[in-house]
Amino acid sequence: MIYISAMIIPTIISIILFVGLKEKKNVYDLFVDGAKDGIKVALKLFPTLIGIFLAIYMFRSSGLIDFICNIISNITKIFKIPSEILPLAIIKPISGSGSMAIATEIMAHFGVDSNIGKIAATIMGSSETTFYVIALYMSSVKIKDGRKVVIPALLADLASIMSAILFFNLKN
Amino acid sequence: MLNYIWPILILISFIYAIFSGNIQNLNSSIFESLESVITLSMTLVGTMCLWCGLMEIVKNTSLMKKLIKILRPILNWLFPESKNNEEAMKNISMNTISNILGLGNASTPAGIKAMESLQKENTNKQRLSNSMLMLIILNTTSIELIPTTVIAIRTSLNAQNPTDIIIPIWISTIIGTLVGIISTKVLIKRSQK
Repeated sequence: MIYISAMIIPTIISIILFVGLKEKKNVYDLFVDGAKDGIKVALKLFPTLIGIFLAIYMFRSSGLIDFICNIISNITKIFKIPSEILPLAIIKPISGSGSMAIATEIMAHFGVDSNIGKIAATIMGSSETTFYVIALYMSSVKIKDGRKVVIPALLADLASIMSAILFFNLKN
Repeated sequence: MLNYIWPILILISFIYAIFSGNIQNLNSSIFESLESVITLSMTLVGTMCLWCGLMEIVKNTSLMKKLIKILRPILNWLFPESKNNEEAMKNISMNTISNILGLGNASTPAGIKAMESLQKENTNKQRLSNSMLMLIILNTTSIELIPTTVIAIRTSLNAQNPTDIIIPIWISTIIGTLVGIISTKVLIKRSQK
């Protein structure tokens, strides 16, 4: 398992470069050109990270988070959901950069290689920001009647979050 | 939404800290939070640049076209009403492939173009057509082969093996997407009765 996942990225990089060479593209020029976009993406995330980190750090250091988690954990224990994940699961469909910041904070706080950290990473990677996508696509053609598209979208979110939690719970 | 959650979170944290005697911790956490964002962002920039660079190569090779060909039969099944609308199907394929490859900035324009061409064949211009429903669901669940941002963040936090969440991500994104597709098909069936 570890071996396979260690293979994925180098393999993908090699395939991309091989095809690029075979088709006689200026692979390096293209790479450098595209890499510029990476700065933009990271820069766009920066202000949100500051905002969310500030709020979560204060939330944690005040002791309030333990107080709330203690109350909620009685309910979530039944479904074996780690209560530390709840804030992420709630914000995930609403805000992309916000939930990315929350997930990052969870990974940093509980350890990036801890179960909680990995669940947070998996939740982040497994779907898009539901409400943002729906709003964007519907407004692009000025349609107001969404035919309850929210229901299958949220069901899908729930399914991928639950399977992320289940995957790491089963592994232990 | 965050315009309410964010300030309220900070305000109640402050109030709680006063009563629980954690005000010292609260004060120092404000500056700790800024520090950790800085260290995080430095490595994040590196990994994001790597992926954006690689994907620029992909965009310029025939890899995209090949993937679109493989995907077409699946898309024909997902979009039965629109499979003969070449313009729409081209944009839908482009949108799906960009999602799979994690090319965020390429997938949205293609998705919007697909919506516009689907609107042309839409009989009720005020209401989402069946194909539009499916397109939106595919974009909210969004199968992503290489979750670049997540890998970047894990790298910047010194994970032992930043990529070892790829397989769990594939599993949960596929389950999510299947649930999304099936429940959309059910929704379409029920609304036609």
